[in-house]
Amino acid sequence: MARRRILPGFGITLGYSVLYLSLIVLIPLAALFLRVTGSSWEQFWDAVSAPRAIAAYKLTFAASFAGAAVNAVFGFIVAWTLVRYRFPGKRVLDAIIDLPFALPTAVSGIALTAIYSRNGWVGRYLERAGIESAFSPLGVTIALTFVGLPFVVRTLQPALEDLDPGMEEAAATLGAGRWQTFRRVILPSLLPALITGFALAFARALGEYGSVVFISGNMPFRTEIASLLIVAKLEQYDYTGAASIGVLMLLASFLMLLAINALQHWVGSRYGRTA
Amino acid sequence: MSIELRHIWRTFGHFIALQDVNLEVRSGELMALLGPSGSGKTTLLRIIAGLETPDPVPGSAVLFRDQDVSSRNAAERQVGFVFQHYALFRNMTVFENVAFGLRVQPRKSRLSKDAIRARVYELLKLVHLEDLAQRYPSQLSGGQRQRVALARALAIQPQVLLLDEPFGALDAKVRQGLRTWLRKLHDELHVTTVLVTHDQEEALEVADRIVVMNRGQIEQVGTPDEVFHHPATEFTMEFLGSVNLFRGRIESGKAVFGPLVVDRPARLATDGAAARLFVRPHDLEINTAPNGKPSLRARILRIQSAGALVKVDLLCETGEQVNVHITHERFREMNLSPDAHVYLSMRQGKVFVEDYCI
Repeated sequence: MARRRILPGFGITLGYSVLYLSLIVLIPLAALFLRVTGSSWEQFWDAVSAPRAIAAYKLTFAASFAGAAVNAVFGFIVAWTLVRYRFPGKRVLDAIIDLPFALPTAVSGIALTAIYSRNGWVGRYLERAGIESAFSPLGVTIALTFVGLPFVVRTLQPALEDLDPGMEEAAATLGAGRWQTFRRVILPSLLPALITGFALAFARALGEYGSVVFISGNMPFRTEIASLLIVAKLEQYDYTGAASIGVLMLLASFLMLLAINALQHWVGSRYGRTA
Repeated sequence: MSIELRHIWRTFGHFIALQDVNLEVRSGELMALLGPSGSGKTTLLRIIAGLETPDPVPGSAVLFRDQDVSSRNAAERQVGFVFQHYALFRNMTVFENVAFGLRVQPRKSRLSKDAIRARVYELLKLVHLEDLAQRYPSQLSGGQRQRVALARALAIQPQVLLLDEPFGALDAKVRQGLRTWLRKLHDELHVTTVLVTHDQEEALEVADRIVVMNRGQIEQVGTPDEVFHHPATEFTMEFLGSVNLFRGRIESGKAVFGPLVVDRPARLATDGAAARLFVRPHDLEINTAPNGKPSLRARILRIQSAGALVKVDLLCETGEQVNVHITHERFREMNLSPDAHVYLSMRQGKVFVEDYCI
């Protein structure tokens, strides 16, 4: 017997969802795969295993991972500050978090380049300290950190608001110091949200193009990320090569997100989230 | 261990939560802090625990066994605190929750793994939860969670056990059971315990002594019998149990409330001063005819006979609406029904006279 629902329309909404997802996500991705199947296995393998491509994957994944990791730490602090304290300018700060979402990535890319280049506000001092920021892998990481920040902060905020301050007081009355309270009580409770935020920031960074294109300098083997390599191939009318790298990135990202989701599910299931 | 509080003040902005509170809790007793919400009882409990600091007033002190602990924080005071909403660690199993206080001890004084295990199971047995050691808090009922919270607080062998409305979030039946169980537990362990509650029944049933609080001040301290039968203030009288109020005046040394006259008011008072008579529902008598005692005429409004006693609402000739409890036996004898006219007399009551001013 079918259960009666208060709002009917499961059929319609599911149909709509599938159609919408197909148009927006699945069909373009299918086209990508179709493009690749037009070429031979050797062509595909040559394109994806070229040394230049491998260097680009390495940089992309390493810089994305580093950016997401930096955000996990500092985003945590930002989210903590915004949730736990009241201070003048809090709402402004809260709004600023969303800027990397809203700003055209090219604009932020140019801004970052200006700041971190050899005679920029920050780059100047880094230069003196012997650190090359713009036009180096570090520059790529900076750009990817920039675009990933809101993902970590926005996923942690609700989880932090949900955290019962009573737990911290309970830990204190039981003799726990601040660090013990943080490590044993607060951090584990927020871990699922932190992993989600990390995964989102990481995924976003993998596909980032606009903010990196200026600051990286796009030197093959050194500061060229995968999405730049794809554009470079397109400019040379090497559509098959571009699609091959695209497919590989797609598969790698998909697997990685799957793994992170599994990890998150495992962490979440350890403390039945219904509480 | 005894606790003493001296000159405790606590203000939040313009709100005065506690006003010069002085209190002594004797070693091994179970004391209830009773009062309506906003009376400062939870703040007082948190000050004892070190979760809140009193205002720095000269002479202000919190003493544990005659030692000033004001400068020690919550972690150093070795108190067991049970929160109203349990505050269990949701990322830990029941076992890990109870073991927490033992595991965070400095390495030198920490028990061995096996000793911790043994102690946790001993505590879980005490709270009848040894079968649920591997569950997470979200998989437990409210009553079970509160027992875990209690076991966790007891794990560190606290000198003092502090309970903040421990049964407030539970339903009536579970509350009753836990209350009896808590009293039994206290009789076994004899840990000095302070319990915060707004439920007078809970306080009367469980506590050795009760502190009645109102607006940041202590109204009365005494055994359940003392505060119930000999309330020192109007507030205590009204707060502990239901009560009927009659308004009257002092006339030639007697308190007069219509036909009811009380010979010796509690305090000497000037003629003409406003007086208030408080009578518990079971201290009023209903008769179908005058019985010689001074009595009020009244009309029955409503009868509620489900329960151990029959509760009768009446409207007196003097305009007051009162509630009277009588036995079922007496109820059947008199054959009462709504709208019947009856006579009310009083076994005993308490008179408070307002300070007279012109």
